[in-house]
Amino acid sequence: MTRLAPGVRNPCVGAVLLLAVVLGSAGVASAQPPAKPAAVSEQLVYDVASELRCVVCQNLSVADSPSEMAAQMRAIVRERLAAGESPAQVRAYFVEKYGDWILLAPPRRGFTLLVWVVPYVVALLGIALVAVLVTRWTRRRPAPPPPVDAAMRERIRREMEQEP
Amino acid sequence: MRGRWRWLLPLAAVPVLALLAYGFKLNPRDVPSPLVGRPASPFTLTAFDGTPVDLAALRGKIVVVNFWASWCNPACYEEAPVLERGWRAYRDRDVVVLGVDIQDKDEAALDFIRSFSLTFKNSPDRNGKVSVDYGIYGVPETFFIDRAGRIHRKHVGAVTDQVFRETVDTLLAAQ
Repeated sequence: MTRLAPGVRNPCVGAVLLLAVVLGSAGVASAQPPAKPAAVSEQLVYDVASELRCVVCQNLSVADSPSEMAAQMRAIVRERLAAGESPAQVRAYFVEKYGDWILLAPPRRGFTLLVWVVPYVVALLGIALVAVLVTRWTRRRPAPPPPVDAAMRERIRREMEQEP
Repeated sequence: MRGRWRWLLPLAAVPVLALLAYGFKLNPRDVPSPLVGRPASPFTLTAFDGTPVDLAALRGKIVVVNFWASWCNPACYEEAPVLERGWRAYRDRDVVVLGVDIQDKDEAALDFIRSFSLTFKNSPDRNGKVSVDYGIYGVPETFFIDRAGRIHRKHVGAVTDQVFRETVDTLLAAQ
């Protein structure tokens, strides 16, 4: 014990001891049980689940369905988010298993892009059609009065003269 | 001018009618599975008899994974004898049938197993993870997995003797 103190004063020995302490503490840390999964906000779980179709329901999201299957899917969403996956990765997992059908909003690519584009195109065409028709109607000239023949002109003149 | 554009209205109806005709020809319950042709997700479950069931350990065999529930009547009741017959007929030829009971009560599931004298392994999927891994959206659904561990076919609805035999024979012939 008494011989230890001078040795510690040696910088090399001190460094070795420090390294041993650091490595030792690292070893203790690695021996500890793995950290608990991060807490996930229920709002995030709801947001992801609300984009997924409940597979046993009609037009209900996983977030809104009271079914047991939806509850299990919500639990899977929560677990995957807690394991560090991003919402996009969780969605991708469900798409991998069920296809794009699982998404309540069709993806904006490929054939389903039409679902997003066509309504706007139709609306624009409708607006253009209305604009053309309104312009045409407002520019239309009033019909010219029917021609007055000489007999009619004479009759009008006579009746005007007879007026008191 | 009006006459020139008169054909536009019926022409606009053509794609709408074509889309409707296409939609009416489809079966809304028939959702194609993206899993067919892909490796089957491995799973480990504990069977109702307490023994472990590990899909990965069955690599090299033809595996029929059937998702069912005791409340699924009549389809699951119709196919249970079919699966048992298939299992008994093919089990000596490296064919394994596994039942996965989903969203069920143990008591009802065990009654179901007893009533059909099922001898193949049946396991409850308690947290639904296996069901989601297999893209299940109803019961019964059955997956035929080849020796390489790939999903060869997904059958929705009650499996018939013909479907079972034809599919398993195809997989056996492919070795």
